[in-house]
Amino acid sequence: MATTPSITHGGALEAPPRRRVPWRTVVNKLLGAILVLWAAATLCFVMQELSPGNKAIAILGGSGARPTQHQIEVTEEKYGLNDPILQRYGSFIGDLATGDLGTSYQYKQPVTSLIKEQVGPTLVLVFVSTILAWLISVPVTLWTAGKGRARSSLGSGFEAFFAGVPPYWLGLVLLVVFSFELGWFPVTGGTSLDALFLPSLTLALPLAGFLGQVTRDEFERGLKQPFAISARTRGASEGEVRRKHVLRHALLPGITLTGWAIGATISGAVLVEVIYSRPGLGNVLVQAVSNQDLPVVVGITMLVALIYVLVNLMVDLLYVLVDPRLRTQKAVA
Amino acid sequence: MATAIDPTVGGLPLPGGGAPARGGVVARVRGLRPVVLLAFVFVALLLIAAIAPSLLTKGDPLQVNLGHSLQAPSLEFPFGTDQSGRSVYTRVIYGARESILIGLGATAVGLGIAALLGVAAGIGGKWVDNGINRLLEVLFSFPILLFALFLVAIFGSGVSTQILAVGIASSPGYARMIRAQVLQVKGADYVIASRALGHPPSRTLFKNILPNAFRPLVVLATLGVGQSIVWASALSFLGLGVAPPAPEWGAMLDAGKDYIQTAWWLELFPGAAIVATTLAASCIGRYLQRRIEGETY
Amino acid sequence: MSDIQSAKPDAPLLAVENLKVGFGPRGHVNEVVRGSSFAVEAGRCLAIVGESGSGKTVTARTLVGLTGERSHVSADLMELNGQSLLGLSGRRWRALRGAEIGFVLQDALVSLDPLRKVGKEIAEPLRIHDWKGDRKQKVIELLTEAGVPEPELRARQLPHELSGGLRQRALIASAIALDPPLLIADEPTTALDVTVQAQILALLEATKERGRGLILISHDLAVVSRLADDVAVMNQGEIVEQGPAEQILYSPQHAYTRALLDAIPSEHSKGTRLAPRVAGAYIPAGNPRVPNLVASRAPIITAENLVKAYRGPDGKSRTAVDHVSLEIRPGETLGIVGESGSGKTTTARIVLALVDPDSGNVTLRGKPWTTLKEKDRRQRRRRVSVVYQDPLSSFDPRWTVRRIVDDAIDEADYKGKEARLGRVRELLGHVGIDEGLLERRPLQLSGGQRQRVAIARALAPQPELIVCDEPVSALDVSIQAQVLDLLADLQSELNIAYLFISHDLGVIHHVSDRVMVMKDGKVVETGTAEDIFHAPKDEYTRQLFAALPRLERAQPVAKAVVA
Repeated sequence: MATTPSITHGGALEAPPRRRVPWRTVVNKLLGAILVLWAAATLCFVMQELSPGNKAIAILGGSGARPTQHQIEVTEEKYGLNDPILQRYGSFIGDLATGDLGTSYQYKQPVTSLIKEQVGPTLVLVFVSTILAWLISVPVTLWTAGKGRARSSLGSGFEAFFAGVPPYWLGLVLLVVFSFELGWFPVTGGTSLDALFLPSLTLALPLAGFLGQVTRDEFERGLKQPFAISARTRGASEGEVRRKHVLRHALLPGITLTGWAIGATISGAVLVEVIYSRPGLGNVLVQAVSNQDLPVVVGITMLVALIYVLVNLMVDLLYVLVDPRLRTQKAVA
Repeated sequence: MATAIDPTVGGLPLPGGGAPARGGVVARVRGLRPVVLLAFVFVALLLIAAIAPSLLTKGDPLQVNLGHSLQAPSLEFPFGTDQSGRSVYTRVIYGARESILIGLGATAVGLGIAALLGVAAGIGGKWVDNGINRLLEVLFSFPILLFALFLVAIFGSGVSTQILAVGIASSPGYARMIRAQVLQVKGADYVIASRALGHPPSRTLFKNILPNAFRPLVVLATLGVGQSIVWASALSFLGLGVAPPAPEWGAMLDAGKDYIQTAWWLELFPGAAIVATTLAASCIGRYLQRRIEGETY
Repeated sequence: MSDIQSAKPDAPLLAVENLKVGFGPRGHVNEVVRGSSFAVEAGRCLAIVGESGSGKTVTARTLVGLTGERSHVSADLMELNGQSLLGLSGRRWRALRGAEIGFVLQDALVSLDPLRKVGKEIAEPLRIHDWKGDRKQKVIELLTEAGVPEPELRARQLPHELSGGLRQRALIASAIALDPPLLIADEPTTALDVTVQAQILALLEATKERGRGLILISHDLAVVSRLADDVAVMNQGEIVEQGPAEQILYSPQHAYTRALLDAIPSEHSKGTRLAPRVAGAYIPAGNPRVPNLVASRAPIITAENLVKAYRGPDGKSRTAVDHVSLEIRPGETLGIVGESGSGKTTTARIVLALVDPDSGNVTLRGKPWTTLKEKDRRQRRRRVSVVYQDPLSSFDPRWTVRRIVDDAIDEADYKGKEARLGRVRELLGHVGIDEGLLERRPLQLSGGQRQRVAIARALAPQPELIVCDEPVSALDVSIQAQVLDLLADLQSELNIAYLFISHDLGVIHHVSDRVMVMKDGKVVETGTAEDIFHAPKDEYTRQLFAALPRLERAQPVAKAVVA
């Protein structure tokens, strides 16, 4: 018996707009991303300017190398250190936009090529670690969330521990146990698959702990939600409710945090590369920091910022396209 | 719309707004879960180590004694000795003060900046909020360690830079949380109610908005100290923090990593101290959070 | 339906005897249902009615075995079509759910998985029970049967893309997908507007007429009267009375049932008390502190041509208030009624000068109100007070009752701690709140107590007008009755005017002297309560009243409206 409503109310019975790409939002987000990058670059420039000490001297090897006044002046000219600040800012931004990150004080090489050489292993490490983190946290959550006190506490204990553990200590412990004592993995890293496992595990475990906490919270909340109850009233088993309904909801916050997670993983990668003597940007960065080699530091920092912004942008756009809930307006009674 | 439904959804009925358990300190202590109690005890020990280390160890953390170099843990040296013959146990105890001070300092710096930014963004009106929000977004795109490294590159290594660097680098994260909290409180019905009663905005700000917005700050601070110690030690581990031979935990990890194949105790114990501190801090932090939520929700 | 044919004639579809349900660890079992017995026949609807805590929802969940792990269920008899429902294994329950028993929850927005397409949700029972056939086609059929236009489109959409009414229809469709002989609906219309509610009730009635047995769980007796053949009234876990609907609703025997029916506000209850006086609520006969209000008929509030529009996140402009004018005179109650989105709350906010109108203005006692600057206005705010729908969120969560009320007292009138405390006590006395609750926090009070404290706070500045924004919507009927009585008492004592906002027509009819009907931001009709309710001039108003389930037996004419 068809009971077609005759009273339309609140205008909400009209057909909603077809799912079209909201170009306005997309463009807005792109512009926002560019703005953030520009601001980050400006910040780097400002901080660079604030650095005490004469840059020319640093370039020439520090005060220990005892550069002459003449050498200092030549260097200042060469690196444009005497130009007015706005000009330097302009060329800084301009160079950045074209991909020129300046020249290393220490190695006298273009920073871009330095980074290019070393970035590969780092990116591989970050990528593999992130995937590994998800591969660990999702099954653990599925297996332990909402399954009674004992299992639940076990799961959240595991997560709390690894989320709080400093990656460098974890790395050292894993190194000692699996590399030295058990000899399963090579001690110092090359770029072979063998050498990748322990470092990525070191990065993956804390990330898995953190992701797990967030996912588990959402999962346990989801199990009690009305839509889960509806599924049960249709005859779904607990397993089906968990896998087909609640899981999707639980993954959302973790995905939102992907951008941040990648940033944190890159951070950790620095430490891990040092511990495992792995080639990569980490060692380059630490060296550069000790030697106050600013162009390299700025270059790597901007690269990381770029990656972070790009990842966030992709996640944001994915959300807007996939979950139109975010576009509906709240009713004002 | 009436919500006169049975609150027994799929399980235990909800107690209808019963009074939360009151009682003295003793009653509260008994009501603690054992893990939390353990965390509090550990923190107490840490504080003793920081304030009066001689109560817990008789040695001198800086005394070199090459005759005892690199000895495995034993009764005399519960955590073994390092390459200069110093007792690792003694150094870990004395290191508590260094690490905690640095951690507290960095947290204070971080939360201080964050509170200023967060509150300004929350109550400053659309433009101020937008501006600060953008700034936070930018700062947030630098991971904490990288930002700290950046600051160290500029200002040079050392303890004060360590504190400042970790503090400044971790502030955007806190600022975002504080801003969100302030905004949420600002939009709450009781703030509107206060305005409807004719109270001037300053009264509402100080009596309603700020106290409620800062409530979770205690939790943030507790968790923050744990995190700050981790990052500060990371800097020391990379050789960019406290100068040797100061017994800071991160620096000890750095010094010991060359001997890791033969003298594993050099890395295990300082590292365990850091881990334990972090875990205790997060445990206590979450306990405080549950207490606060229990009182207001 | 083969199941119906196989049922023995004259035997009930569902028979329950002495059902007991408790929660908690052994030894500390808290009994929520204490020995209930009832039966449902095929083609008839049994309504289980009660307030919160009565045990009705637990009863419903017990019938599908979803009471949770720490529950203890026992009964002398619990049979569906002769098959016992006691002590079933998980697998047996899962075979029954969806196939033999359908369940509809309230508020489809959260009862349908927000991340799954509507079609998938409806197809789920088909998939789980291995239904053979073209699922896609079946989903379209089900949606059509449930009265959803453009079913192919709707099946592909997510729940929030459908309106409230369509969502609920989809939810019902998912519950009857496999044609179960028994359907349980737990408050199926609570989250919906009145007009949509009527349609959903019609749909449920249609499912009943195909031979299905229906159990309706509700707190709303008017809704029940529309649909139920038999009614069982529950209070604190026990069925206090049950029988044919006619009998229970129109000649109840039990005191509780009678009190419940008396407490319902409507045109019949106008001018009378809804509930017996609450013990301890003392209204002093003459209050020497009542300010000498001028007895003129000059209006307190005059609003002229108010307009307010908002920009939605999609950039489109929505007019929330569209040329609204109104007037409130001293001591009278103006009721504003409308569905969600009608603009009534925004109008109230403008009257309170919490929101600035885009155009039009409001005067307070003849003097400018909305055109003033805030600092000039602050002084005069004490003349207009507010009582909110959700008292909990309108209280600072850290404050005690004493501080909440104290905060509203004018420092100029009551100097010194003693004087203020005295005034706090006095105000709480007016509303029947015991002094012992002074140091309690809002969370430690019941819903009714909180609303009383909110009213005490609203009285503190000695206002001429109190704006009540859905003040009883979140309360049980009996508590609602007490609060409405309290408001009435205060009005006759203190000559306070009310601007009363509600979506509930019965409440509005009960409290209002004059009524204003709003829709989509516009005023549809204004007049005395008598005029509006008995001789509505506007088509929309007429439809609104026709859709309202009244306690009179629904006439077939109501169906004609929705066919």
